[in-house]
Amino acid sequence: MNKQLVTLFSVASVCCAALAAPQSFDFKDPKGVNNAVFKLDAPLEAITGSANEISGTVTFDPANPAATKGKIVVATSSLHVPNPMMKEHLHSAMWMDVSNNGEITFELKELKNAKTAGDRTIAEATGTLTIKGVAKEVTAPVTLTYLKDKLGQRVPNMKGDLLVIRANFPIKRTDFGINPKAPEEKVSDTIDLTLSIAGAAKK
Amino acid sequence: MTVRRVLQFGSLAIVFGAAALWLFTGANRGWTKTSEPRKMLDEVTGIEGITYEERFVPGLDFLGGALLGGGILAGASLVFRKPSTPNRPT
Repeated sequence: MNKQLVTLFSVASVCCAALAAPQSFDFKDPKGVNNAVFKLDAPLEAITGSANEISGTVTFDPANPAATKGKIVVATSSLHVPNPMMKEHLHSAMWMDVSNNGEITFELKELKNAKTAGDRTIAEATGTLTIKGVAKEVTAPVTLTYLKDKLGQRVPNMKGDLLVIRANFPIKRTDFGINPKAPEEKVSDTIDLTLSIAGAAKK
Repeated sequence: MTVRRVLQFGSLAIVFGAAALWLFTGANRGWTKTSEPRKMLDEVTGIEGITYEERFVPGLDFLGGALLGGGILAGASLVFRKPSTPNRPT
């Protein structure tokens, strides 16, 4: 009897551990909805654009959101502004130097002050942001929304979970060597970044 | 029609044509755009995706360029002065 109980308990423990195990979410979005928006609001000119080639993986454990780790990559070639000349300048060596710096990356080191209510976790993400080859540690407020079994609603014939990450934080253009000599009246030093991305964990 | 008249009409056509195009495409007070963002809501995740639709939207730079071009043509028309009428003997 005792032997049976031990076996049953062991099986139950393994099942629980498997259910609560961290999941790996792939942020390469087949629907192309993931985006990063940048805004620069200078006294003489406001510039708004976006990037939509986003990839990366995040390991998220619904039972322990604070243990979230991962890396998000934005392809600099997808940086877009509606004015063609401005886009040419944006991609040039003086600004984003797209030909030599193909990626903007954010490597998450830890989530601080994580507070979970229902499927939503609000926390402060600390990690390394690398832009134009310059790596800086940044802390940004993030919201993680865990959508269990919702992958099928988004991608037909697929089963799995979704993880939506939203973040909004400012960075300094001059900190990352993005044309530091550009006059601030025309191009703001503060870049307001907004990230809205969804990743999928297939089952 | 004289060269002077052609240049003057050309100048007006450029200025008024550009102003009309600028007005009818939404009087954009920013830079000229060749694409416009379109937002699409992903109802499962709540994320507003952004796609760009190719569309020419002239801005103030386009209007300024047209005014400059029109001004140059109007100025050039002054080179082609009317032939002076000979003074009639009194």
